Amino acid sequence: METILDKYKATELTNVKVWFKAASVKDFPKDGGACIKYKDKQIAVFNFTRLNKWYACQNLCPHKMEMVLSRGMIGDDKGIPKVACPLHKKTFSLETGENLNSDLNAIAVYPVKVEEGYVYVGFDE
Amino acid sequence: MQQVIVVGNGMVGYKFCEKFVAQAESKDFKITIFGEEPRPAYDRVHLSEFFENQDAKALEMAPAEWYAEHNVDLITGERVADINRSSKTITTAKDREFSYDYLVLATGSSPFVPPIKGVEKEGVFVYRTIEDLEDMLAYAAKINAEKSDGRAAILGGGLLGLEAGKAVLDMGLEPHVVEFASKLMPRQLDSRSSQVLQLKLESIGLNIHLSKATNQILGDGKITAMEFGEDDVLDVDMLIVSAGIRPRDELARACGLEVGVRGGVVVDNTMKTSDAHIYAIGEIALYNQMIYGLVAPGYDMADVAVQQIIGNTDKLMPADIDMSTKLKLIGVDVASFGEPFMPASKGHSIIFENKTQHLYKRINVSHDGKKLLGGILVGDAADYSMLHQVYLNGMAIPEDPAQLILPTSEGGALLGDVMDLPDEAQICSCESVTKGQICGVIESGEATDLGSVVSCTKAGTGCGGCKPMVADLTNATLKSLGIEVKDSVCEHFDYNRQDLYKIIEVKGYTTFNEVLDNYGNGGHGCELCKPLIASLMATIHADTANKEYAIQDSNDRFLANIQRNGTYSVVPRVPGGEITPDKLIALGQIAKKYDLYTKVTGGVRIDLFGATLNQLPLIWKELISHGFESGHAYGKSLRTVKTCVGSTWCRYGMDESVSFGIELENRYRGIRAPHKIKGGVSGCIRECAEARGKDFGLIAVEGGWNLYVGGNGGANPRHAELFAEQIDNATVIKYLDRYLMFYMRTAKPLQRTAAWQERLEGGLDYLKEVIIEDKLGIAEDLEKEMQTLVNRFECEWTQAVNDPEMMKRFNHFVNSEDEDDNLVFVPMRDQKMPEPWV
Repeated sequence: METILDKYKATELTNVKVWFKAASVKDFPKDGGACIKYKDKQIAVFNFTRLNKWYACQNLCPHKMEMVLSRGMIGDDKGIPKVACPLHKKTFSLETGENLNSDLNAIAVYPVKVEEGYVYVGFDE
Repeated sequence: MQQVIVVGNGMVGYKFCEKFVAQAESKDFKITIFGEEPRPAYDRVHLSEFFENQDAKALEMAPAEWYAEHNVDLITGERVADINRSSKTITTAKDREFSYDYLVLATGSSPFVPPIKGVEKEGVFVYRTIEDLEDMLAYAAKINAEKSDGRAAILGGGLLGLEAGKAVLDMGLEPHVVEFASKLMPRQLDSRSSQVLQLKLESIGLNIHLSKATNQILGDGKITAMEFGEDDVLDVDMLIVSAGIRPRDELARACGLEVGVRGGVVVDNTMKTSDAHIYAIGEIALYNQMIYGLVAPGYDMADVAVQQIIGNTDKLMPADIDMSTKLKLIGVDVASFGEPFMPASKGHSIIFENKTQHLYKRINVSHDGKKLLGGILVGDAADYSMLHQVYLNGMAIPEDPAQLILPTSEGGALLGDVMDLPDEAQICSCESVTKGQICGVIESGEATDLGSVVSCTKAGTGCGGCKPMVADLTNATLKSLGIEVKDSVCEHFDYNRQDLYKIIEVKGYTTFNEVLDNYGNGGHGCELCKPLIASLMATIHADTANKEYAIQDSNDRFLANIQRNGTYSVVPRVPGGEITPDKLIALGQIAKKYDLYTKVTGGVRIDLFGATLNQLPLIWKELISHGFESGHAYGKSLRTVKTCVGSTWCRYGMDESVSFGIELENRYRGIRAPHKIKGGVSGCIRECAEARGKDFGLIAVEGGWNLYVGGNGGANPRHAELFAEQIDNATVIKYLDRYLMFYMRTAKPLQRTAAWQERLEGGLDYLKEVIIEDKLGIAEDLEKEMQTLVNRFECEWTQAVNDPEMMKRFNHFVNSEDEDDNLVFVPMRDQKMPEPWV
């Protein structure tokens, strides 16, 4: 049976087939995130202003399978950019998706690019 | 490549494989493990959990893939039928032949079925395998379909029998435990503890029949009753036999290995049998003329066999095996350690018994009162770990050993310092981590805090019961190394909350980035320092949570309480709990319109659950149009001031508690503090508002109000302490302004007033000097600061719904109007709730 988690597979920059034009840069808070919808997927996109970088990952927290990660606080853990789930503060690396404070499976992360004031998220399908 | 064959894929057989493949030398060996059951090894200790969820997978020690991944050949559903020692081969029931260099027997045991007449009848079961349980479940379902008052008996009141009793309860049948001896768990418990356990189990619904010898089982083809004596018959529809175990040594007997008189394969302290190429481990091994029916010694035996086979011949089974055990039987703690029954010639026993609470504690100490020799705990085994350590390590005990088991008001700490434990004391028994290993990783610099100690040693990652001890050891070791256990807020700042308060106040910073850039460690913040600085900005500048919403904690960020499925709950302020019928109707209509689960909270307000992010502003627009404002239930801020109706209506009331409660709630609404704040106002000493359970509480007395401070409910309930007596309304407000502001300035993050007050040097007297006598000369400042916060109050929901820019954040998607499609609600009584988590 396909579970909701199976929808989300980490995508490498080299495998990107579609650059999805998600929203305007202005739709995302500074040093915070918001959720975008791509097909039947929910993707959390973060504007890490302090690092001048953008990150994207699944919105689904693998701990209790709720669509909440985009509403979490971001920051860093010894230099690793991370997001903390708003429900139980499970933290995940925004670079690799790895769970930093317990032993959950990694979340899927996706490439992001910004062109002419718009945020694009890369998918392989 | 040498061949190792393991016969028996039970818990111990599996553990042998796990320990074997963890050795570097294992690459020179090939392991094949046989199990006669159809599934891979599972946790038999927790077999009764199968009745709760019928999920066999959840009990697996490791999934079938684990064996393949570790190059172990797992052959299930195929029994080993024969051992040929001269050719070093085995033959299976499917007539296949395998040769071995080393053979490990881990065949375990089978239930002993006493030769009672009629025991072969339909409806008589044994309790050992998942197949047994499945058969029982099917049979119980048949009984339940025929009648509503089906009964099942369990023959045997030992450990397994009582586990089976739980299984019967879960199957919906009336359980009857029949024991031959005059007490339950005769091997582990003395008579008195056994009686306490019996009382407890009877209160849960188990029927217990002691001193009963079963003559025969009655019924025509299938069981209908058990007969004990001539006129002593118990009608039952089903019987589970749990009368002990017998080692499964038939293979060993057939090939001529030495076996014990009452069964079991004789082994020495290397776990070798009488044939040097054959080992026996677990419940089949007869060691010291004993069969050890516990998992822990079985695992130790597996370890010894592994080490012996790879050539590490120094590893031997100890002569003394610790049979201490702690378990939960149908939710009841039962533990015994050391020598639970001790003859008076060896020492004294100290016994604490409280039948009304179903508690029994016994410790046995040496005649000179210096050593703990063993004990029994029933009903509450919280002290087991520490008592067990004291026993194992022969540690000194208090002069009055009774203190070890007597209920104390403070709890714990009587056993002295964890650092007194010897290095070899096993702290985490799941992962076999000793005190020496824990302190070692800190001393070597490998670990610097609790988190890294856990990841380096794996201590505390099993059942988690040792975590407090691991934390104590970590802190004590750090301290002994002169490493200051800092109270800095997180890795991004070297300052504590009070330092940051002063920094922001003096420097006049207004944003998180200013503070981080000037006083941080060069990082980018985290979920600890962000909400903390947000709270400080609120206290110092009266900022609402709308200003810098990305640094707010989960609830403040969306001005609502995030619930289990990511939806929110909404709580409007109802000051003092006074509400007009019109407002009540409005609340009901809004809840109905948005289909919100509705409940009265513990703090006299009404909570509306299940609002999606997109619905929040719509709901609030309507609430605001009916005169409501934010209740700040989502913030570390004032929640409610609970009131009784007071002299407004009550014939005993001394003062208008509702009026004063409303005034106070409106005064302090919206202020952010280190933690939530609750208040209460009672109109007389009957204290119907439970004001003394709040951070501040007022009770009307002759001549004014008595003011109490520093109470709370929660995990550690505390009564607020009397701070001032018979004061008027204005003085109450003066003192409260000062008290709350002083708390907001100096407490640690997430510290309630009770904990703050308790840790203030000088205690309540000092607090009175500061607040009432103004010893520090800050009273005027405190009042002024509070007055600023009061004057600048703004309802943040009104602020949000009137600002299109602020409203933008209340959308689940930024590129779609859709709502979260992952939400599933199920009915709950006449309302709804989120689908339960798996």
